[in-house]
Amino acid sequence: MALITEKLVVLNLDSPDRHAATRVLAQALADEGRVTDLDGFLADVRKREEQMPTGLPGGIGIPHARSAYVTEPSLAFGRSPEGIDWGAEDGPATLIFLIAAPEGGGDDHLKILAALARRLMRTEFRESLMNAPDATTVVDVVTREVVNP
Amino acid sequence: MKFVGVTSCPTGIAHTYMAAEGLEQAARAAGHEIEVETQGSAGFDRLSPETIAAADAVIFAVGVPVRERARFAGKPLVEADVKKAISDGPGLIARAVAAVGEAVANPAAAQTGPPAPAAGGLSTKVDNQASVGVRIRQWLMTGVSYMIPFVAAGGILIALGFMVAQLAGGKEGAIVVTKLYALTGPPVPNPTHIINIVTDFNPADGMQWAALLFLVGGASFSFLVPILSGFIAFAIADRPGLAPGIVGGFIASTIGAGFLGGIATGFIGGFVALWISRWKVPKGVRGVMPVVVIPLLSVLITGAALILILGRPLKALTDGLASWLHGLSGANLIVLGVILGLMMAFDMGGPVNKTAYTFATTGLAAAATATGSTNLKVMAAVMAAGMTPPLGLALATTVRRRLFSEAERENGQAAWLLGASFITEGAIPFAAADPLRVIPSCMLGSAFTGGLVMAFGNTLRAPHGGIWVTPLISSPLLYLLAIAIGTVITAAAVIALKAAGPGPVKTELDTAEAVTV
Repeated sequence: MALITEKLVVLNLDSPDRHAATRVLAQALADEGRVTDLDGFLADVRKREEQMPTGLPGGIGIPHARSAYVTEPSLAFGRSPEGIDWGAEDGPATLIFLIAAPEGGGDDHLKILAALARRLMRTEFRESLMNAPDATTVVDVVTREVVNP
Repeated sequence: MKFVGVTSCPTGIAHTYMAAEGLEQAARAAGHEIEVETQGSAGFDRLSPETIAAADAVIFAVGVPVRERARFAGKPLVEADVKKAISDGPGLIARAVAAVGEAVANPAAAQTGPPAPAAGGLSTKVDNQASVGVRIRQWLMTGVSYMIPFVAAGGILIALGFMVAQLAGGKEGAIVVTKLYALTGPPVPNPTHIINIVTDFNPADGMQWAALLFLVGGASFSFLVPILSGFIAFAIADRPGLAPGIVGGFIASTIGAGFLGGIATGFIGGFVALWISRWKVPKGVRGVMPVVVIPLLSVLITGAALILILGRPLKALTDGLASWLHGLSGANLIVLGVILGLMMAFDMGGPVNKTAYTFATTGLAAAATATGSTNLKVMAAVMAAGMTPPLGLALATTVRRRLFSEAERENGQAAWLLGASFITEGAIPFAAADPLRVIPSCMLGSAFTGGLVMAFGNTLRAPHGGIWVTPLISSPLLYLLAIAIGTVITAAAVIALKAAGPGPVKTELDTAEAVTV
């Protein structure tokens, strides 16, 4: 199945803090059957977030976890025009990538996530997501850049 | 310039790869070359030793400790948090360039440790994130994987020695080859007519060729316990573990503590070296830690602990067992056979095994002067019980391949020949890797075989040789039947126990990587 679908894209992510924002994205994963236990998965993500916040320079947040409650490697994408504090030094995050990996995922699956992580470091990739007019475009960009490069 | 890097992070799915990308982009922008090893949860592809050797400096941008760090020893090093490579790749590249300059100006200060080998380098498959139980098995498997070549070479050479001896020396050949030849000059006077094959080698004498094979094989075997111990310690403590592990293993071997003693010294040596290498020491002392302080103290502590703490109980154990066995001589022979079988398989060359074997061979010496067919039966039972552990494991690896690692399966093929030649050590790689399941299985099979040989009343006049001394065994077909039954029982038991537990631990040798010291 696809890494990301239109139902996993939230273009107006409007949450008071990163935990609430993560919950909105995780709910999308749960609605699609990619996460079997919403609270269990959120606890796994939170555990990771508490080790070290995942906000990165350039307005990016990448909450992520390997979790037993994840059925397949998935990306839920959120865009927050106002920005949400994600613990990065240079300000709030406007692009949020919730990365969900199954606990025992095979190497092929993890390689897709590795490719996604590498793309996040490319300015063009971030800009095309920032400027995408709709969810379909977001899915197209990710699929073109990460899944079938 | 050329750089190598390692990136890692706690979850291993995001930061690791972003950091690698950050370093690669920054290096390219500054006109340098870099290859990055991403130690993520998808496993990691090791940088080739040649790439590491060619690098001017090393960059660690990590959230969890670098795995197999010793590969990078001796290079100028820049170490930073993984997020640094994501937020400021160019800054890390600049620091690496500066570190190279510093190393040129002051070679001693910038080194990260003792010089790295030019290429190759030893490695382990120890995952620092794994649970204690898994790590213990990985430590053991690392030791075993480096020991296996010594078992295979030594065991097969000894078996070939027996074969050639039987061809050249007739049915007594396999006995003569173990007794009459040596690599050092015979004692003066020379009452046993020992032949020194270094000074007196005669190519026309087939027995001397047999002795050559036998003695070289024996030399290889003398490394089993030191190498096992050394590389268990290496897996625990990395490079500093080697010296205390190998020396400790050698002492364990010398005082007859067998491979179980070697496992003990591997753990003691590894943890002592690890402990000392973590001491916080003044800067002036730091330079001599890896070359003087750690080896000196860790070797001393490991060796002394073994000699002073384990030595005496070991002697008491073997003395006690020996007198107990002599007390049993009048008892039911089948019970004696079962007990000898259990002892033979318990530690495969260790003190308990040696006590049973010595009991049999001293009986053999007495039988040469007296009639005592009981002593000949004891010898027959002991040899058969020593043959079933490798044979049983060879059978198990043949019928249930996936329960064993690749290294174990290959060792299983050699174990057929080793078992058939009464080289019980062929089972050690299996036993050392998974003692709690393999040793009881071997003891069960050997107990049956020991008891059956006594029940069949087989006698044997040779102290060694396996199937190569079949002409010296009475009722050889029944004897082989007893061995076959024990072999099947050991194989069935080990398969049942292994199928119930966790699977094999993959080792370095599974990837058939060349090993260079």
